[in-house]
Amino acid sequence: MLPTGEVTMIEAVIFYFFAISTVISATAVVTVRNPVHAALFLVLTFFTSAVIWMSLEAEFLAIILVLVYVGAVMVLFIFVVMMLDINVARLREGFVRYLPLGLLVAAIMLGLMLSVVTSDVFVLDAGSEPLPKPADYSNTEALGGVLYTDYVFAFEIAAVILLVAIIAAISLTMRKREKTKYQVPSDQIKVRKADRLRIVKMPSEEKR
Amino acid sequence: MTETLSALDAWLSQYVHEYLLFTVYSGLKALIILVPLFIVVAYYTLAERKVIGYMQIRKGPNRVGPKGLFQPFADMFKLMFKEIIIPTNSNKYLFIIAPVITFAPAMAAWAVIPFNDTLVFSDINAGLLYILAMTSIGVYGVIIAGWASNSKYALLGAMRSAAQIVAYEIAMGFALVGVLMVGGSLNLGEIVNRQAGGIGHWFFIPLLPLFFVYLISGVAETNRAPFDVAEGESEIVAGFHVEYSGMTFAVFFLAEYANMILIALLCALMFFGGWLSPVPSLIGDSIGWLFGKTAVFMLLFLWFRATFPRYRYDQIMRLGWKVLLPVTILWLAVEGVAVYFKVGPWFV
Repeated sequence: MLPTGEVTMIEAVIFYFFAISTVISATAVVTVRNPVHAALFLVLTFFTSAVIWMSLEAEFLAIILVLVYVGAVMVLFIFVVMMLDINVARLREGFVRYLPLGLLVAAIMLGLMLSVVTSDVFVLDAGSEPLPKPADYSNTEALGGVLYTDYVFAFEIAAVILLVAIIAAISLTMRKREKTKYQVPSDQIKVRKADRLRIVKMPSEEKR
Repeated sequence: MTETLSALDAWLSQYVHEYLLFTVYSGLKALIILVPLFIVVAYYTLAERKVIGYMQIRKGPNRVGPKGLFQPFADMFKLMFKEIIIPTNSNKYLFIIAPVITFAPAMAAWAVIPFNDTLVFSDINAGLLYILAMTSIGVYGVIIAGWASNSKYALLGAMRSAAQIVAYEIAMGFALVGVLMVGGSLNLGEIVNRQAGGIGHWFFIPLLPLFFVYLISGVAETNRAPFDVAEGESEIVAGFHVEYSGMTFAVFFLAEYANMILIALLCALMFFGGWLSPVPSLIGDSIGWLFGKTAVFMLLFLWFRATFPRYRYDQIMRLGWKVLLPVTILWLAVEGVAVYFKVGPWFV
């Protein structure tokens, strides 16, 4: 129904709408005062960038971005931020003092990004223009095929690193607290009626 | 059905521009799915009250219309004309937008649901992932509602809901990985077609533990009894939607019921062969099978609510993390072996 191949007007409209939304919401993340609002703007940023990935035909990555970052990671973020009573005024105190350092970091990151983007790999005429894939092309299958064959070693190493990180985080925060009362579910299940309930036989009251 | 749609397409194209036509056409197709969905939701609420009523030996609503059949409309009109109260010191924009954030993904998830071989709004390759992603956005409505209400009960409800959904979504995702392994595709239509060949080929047989995990986490994800601690009337009044009234409340309600129907439909599609007939030699495949199977799971949701007492919060966490998650991981390992040795008739 819709023409394919060339960038259509509708694709351009979608791209610019979501690209502008991404930039605005990403800016809002660092400028709004309320931390909950900042976290929600971050959610919006993830979502709009997922749409941009989708328009690049990276539908698997786009959906995973929504599923993992929007659906799980940011829920935990908001969970924590909502419970904290953050004093915004105190957060703003050091702004001028840390400004030079911040600018330096920003300049270094900008330089790094520029050096990557302007390198030979990323310039527009580095390779042939990627062609749109046919409708039955499965992004997920292609990605899985490469990930579990050519890059299986890197993939497994990444998995092990994540596992180590999980174990480290848990072992750092886990400590026995004396005063906490723990529930022991197996004990709760093992309880029988005789352990807790005593039925007392009493003679019925006599009428006078 | 499809011929009518293409005829409509041809007729519309005489009058409107191509892009506008696409929008209008998609909108019409969405309405064909959503309008029946709303009607089913309306009567599902009535069915819930009737079924639970009879299970508890009472009659349920029986005053509006014959045998109470117009009760959903009475409820609808009441909710439409009630005042929407915005609490003082609440965050107005977020308060209003929260029901929308719950409602929109609940509707959007229906876009990739196939009703039979050809009847599907959007036949995308990663349909299963898309549904997981859409349903996982819904939790933001609950969290934002709880936070924006500026009420302690609502905030507690939102906290409970966030922790619960993160815990159960992992188990749910792993259960779906099992479906993906045996189905060999993320496309829901292809998953159903892989189950062709009668009741013995349906995926609930090799995936029985995963089916139970999916059903349980589906009930938990939709915040239904016995996992409805986010609402918990007896402890935190009504949880995250305690401050909502009128249509804003109705939208939360609508989303919850649409999600229940979605989970029931997905159970039928992924584990019970969707529109496929159990004995293809006797009766043919039809969309009626899909609706029948879905109705059974919809009834299960109501039955759970009438039967089980609410879980305690720590028990919910324990069940999600320490029972359901290990079960899924163990069964995925078993399934991996079955796939390797091509155990028939499923893993061929």
